[in-house]
Amino acid sequence: MQWGSASEFFAMGGYGLYVWTSFLATALCMVWEVLALWRRRAAARAEQRAALLGGTDETAA
Amino acid sequence: MIWSKYSAPQTFYPLAGRLIPWFAAVAIILMVVGLYMGFFVAPTDFQQGESYRIIFVHVPAAWMSMFLYVVMAIWAGVGMGLNARLSFMMAQAIAPTGAMFTFLALLTGAMWGKPTWGAWWVWDARLTSELILLFQYAGVMLLRTSIDDLRRADRSSAVFALVGVVNVPIIYYSVQWWNTLHQGASVSMATGSKMAATMLMAMLIMTIAFWMYSIAVILARVRCVMIERESLPTWDDKPAVIHEAVEAR
Repeated sequence: MQWGSASEFFAMGGYGLYVWTSFLATALCMVWEVLALWRRRAAARAEQRAALLGGTDETAA
Repeated sequence: MIWSKYSAPQTFYPLAGRLIPWFAAVAIILMVVGLYMGFFVAPTDFQQGESYRIIFVHVPAAWMSMFLYVVMAIWAGVGMGLNARLSFMMAQAIAPTGAMFTFLALLTGAMWGKPTWGAWWVWDARLTSELILLFQYAGVMLLRTSIDDLRRADRSSAVFALVGVVNVPIIYYSVQWWNTLHQGASVSMATGSKMAATMLMAMLIMTIAFWMYSIAVILARVRCVMIERESLPTWDDKPAVIHEAVEAR
């Protein structure tokens, strides 16, 4: 362990901006990808359901 | 054969659904371990100071960007050879994640380059070929969305992906073939590792974590693609939708 304090840890020996931007950007991309997939799945299933129920309407008519 | 059984979308869809939580869990655990090792166990680099810690996301992202491209091209090739729907769907599902890792490799590389070289970007062979890889992913995806006919879209983007695979060894060996500003490989299949053991360990753990993450999101995406393309409800793991529809009849 090479960090004397929390502020030393966040400073990253003066490279804090570069180090934390890298890790934050990576984390944000991954979280965004997972959320986007979540929404895509919900949309796909809603459409699937609508298509199914739409099919029923046709047979009823 | 088992393969032909699982290559049927109706079998693969629920199987993928069951596998996703496992890959996601392993990815999260390995990321926590990898980040802990990267920030608290691995020592300060004697040349680069603390900025080198960017490699714990940069190198795994760069490796995944190349690896996923090759896997995508293989699925595209299998799709072409066997005319298999699922293979094309796998190729389609891999592209966005591969593009994301390529973008991250370039971004974190810039974050490393600025304090180390004094430049966010240089047109050296490694950086330029990686940027071309990003355009290739974009090309594969754009080609697909620009063609309405599914079979033609599958084949066109597969050909594009297969031709572009030639860039992957160029990226990998660029630091040997040309005099690049980007440093040479610290981990090589021929000469082993030139890094401190804990640094290497943290990097490898993060790489496996990114790999497991990729499998989880790609399986999740291929399931979306299956619903979108096949619009069949019969192989959904949760039969609520079907029940509702059947009852409505």
